[in-house]
Amino acid sequence: MALLSKKDSKLILDPLADNNPITIQVLGICSALAITAELNASIVMAISVIFVLGVGNVVISLIRNIIPSKIRIIVQLTVVATLVIIVDQVLKAYAYTLSKELSVFVGLIITNCIIMGRFEAFALGNGVWRSFLDGIGNALGYGVILIIVGFFRELLGSGTLLGIEVLGNPVDKTGLYAFGYENNGFMLLSPMALIVVGIIIWVQRHKNKALIEDH
Amino acid sequence: MGLKSKLHTLKEKYKGKKMAPAFNALHTFLYLPNDTTHGGTHIKVADDLKRTMNIVILAMIPCLIFGMFNAGYQHYLALGEIEAASGFLGDTFWTLDNFIIGLIKILPLVIVSYGVGLGIEFLFAIIKGHEVEEGYLVTGMLVPLIVPVDLPLWMLAVAVAFGVVLGKEVFGGTGMNILNPALTIRAFLFFAYPTWMSGDKVWVHGAVERANQISEGAALDSISGETILGSYAQNQEIAYSLADMFYGLIPGSVGETSKILIIIGGLFLIFTKIGSWRIIVSTILGALVMGLIFNGVVDQGWIGETSKFYGLMSVPFWQHLIIGSILFGAVYMATDPVTASQTNKGKWIYGFLIGFISILIRVFNPAYPEGVFLAILLMNVFAPTIDHYVVQANVKRRMKRLKAKVA
Repeated sequence: MALLSKKDSKLILDPLADNNPITIQVLGICSALAITAELNASIVMAISVIFVLGVGNVVISLIRNIIPSKIRIIVQLTVVATLVIIVDQVLKAYAYTLSKELSVFVGLIITNCIIMGRFEAFALGNGVWRSFLDGIGNALGYGVILIIVGFFRELLGSGTLLGIEVLGNPVDKTGLYAFGYENNGFMLLSPMALIVVGIIIWVQRHKNKALIEDH
Repeated sequence: MGLKSKLHTLKEKYKGKKMAPAFNALHTFLYLPNDTTHGGTHIKVADDLKRTMNIVILAMIPCLIFGMFNAGYQHYLALGEIEAASGFLGDTFWTLDNFIIGLIKILPLVIVSYGVGLGIEFLFAIIKGHEVEEGYLVTGMLVPLIVPVDLPLWMLAVAVAFGVVLGKEVFGGTGMNILNPALTIRAFLFFAYPTWMSGDKVWVHGAVERANQISEGAALDSISGETILGSYAQNQEIAYSLADMFYGLIPGSVGETSKILIIIGGLFLIFTKIGSWRIIVSTILGALVMGLIFNGVVDQGWIGETSKFYGLMSVPFWQHLIIGSILFGAVYMATDPVTASQTNKGKWIYGFLIGFISILIRVFNPAYPEGVFLAILLMNVFAPTIDHYVVQANVKRRMKRLKAKVA
């Protein structure tokens, strides 16, 4: 027997491609632009959001029947804020330099539209297990795009991946640099992140024509 | 069998097939097509898109040729091998040696620009299944004119690919682009490879190489090829006379130095009604007004001589037109009919703001001594908005008149 039923696995797989939070719903763009200049920052951000959204969805789903609907946004915010503070403290304790690099953007996970969106749209109306899968799926979909963007920006912008020299060393002019290659400084600027996300959207819609909206 | 009929048979053979646009483009580029329009033709004009493009290219050819001579002239002058030329027809300027250096350095830029750009145009035409558009003919000529001589060719190729695909094709090709593709290419180069696009070493052929040799310990004098704007921004003495600036015997991007040739090209464009005189005039006006404001600030003593903006702010307002590339931008870039405002009133506003913002950036942002390309790109984005409000104002005015008549 498969680990997940067909319906459940759809919850995980859909946000990875055809219902991706970034490329289809165009949510969570701000952090995707801000922290993707380096791959490790992207990965840490992805893991943080997976944790916050997975646990958050479970919590909201557990208490969904006792939240007064008039103050549900405040309750949701409290839940996200708690989780984000946990992430922030853990990062500060175990990965201080990274946490400095991500600076306010860890705190800003609170305002990430994907999280509130999933709470509102899914966790409030579904069971715990399905909410958990949905949270993990959407956070993964977000993380995948972050990592793709981070990969290209760090590789082409700094010539490194996860801080390791890939294209040689520009100071010693080794590797690709020996041929007169140079890093593309534009890649390190935020506008290029937007353009890379745009290219991903382009490729995705080219592969799946059903995603193209009618005019 | 001549080339024309060969092309024609090829065209017939590939009709309706995937490669058809490529053959059609070659055929119509080289010859008049065999078939003419039949049925209801409503507009009859002599100039099609290709002829329009060709006239713009023609207007740029003098700048390109001058740029070739200037590349060699600046090179030999910096090496101390020739005397400074006296005036536009100075005999150390128009020499074969100068031209050969320029030809070797600049012709490859032109070839790469056209090769990559047209290659992408053909590719997209085949994928999309429509005819190849002529838009790149002008862009391809503009690009080599607005980059430094020593720019590595692969960088140019990457930038052209970026500019054509993301500046134009994603929006739907020629006529649909929001941003001027040539300036998109320059902006990409500027932000991606700033060490090759700004500073005091890139504008004279050989300066970078010489700097590298010196840093390796060679006993040579370094070449300084600072542009006039760069010198002003650092409050340095200007080594060039006003006449040099006007004739273009100064370091700078390939085609933007000679103001006299740009003025001739601009008059040619206005005379042939290809370029909008409203945009050109209003851009110059905008630049003059901003220059006057800065001069006023200096005259009032509101800014101290020690301020880092003092040098550029105290430049007499009219001199802003002959330093930097504001004239080149006004004549060849701002007038791009696709990305400029379409309404006459809109053109005045659009041009004025380009001139105004160019000088503003030039003076206040020492990191970007040349703000013209940023100003034009910015106004490209706002052009549709300007048009919208101009049209709405007109609608309102006429509605009012109608109401007054009825009442």
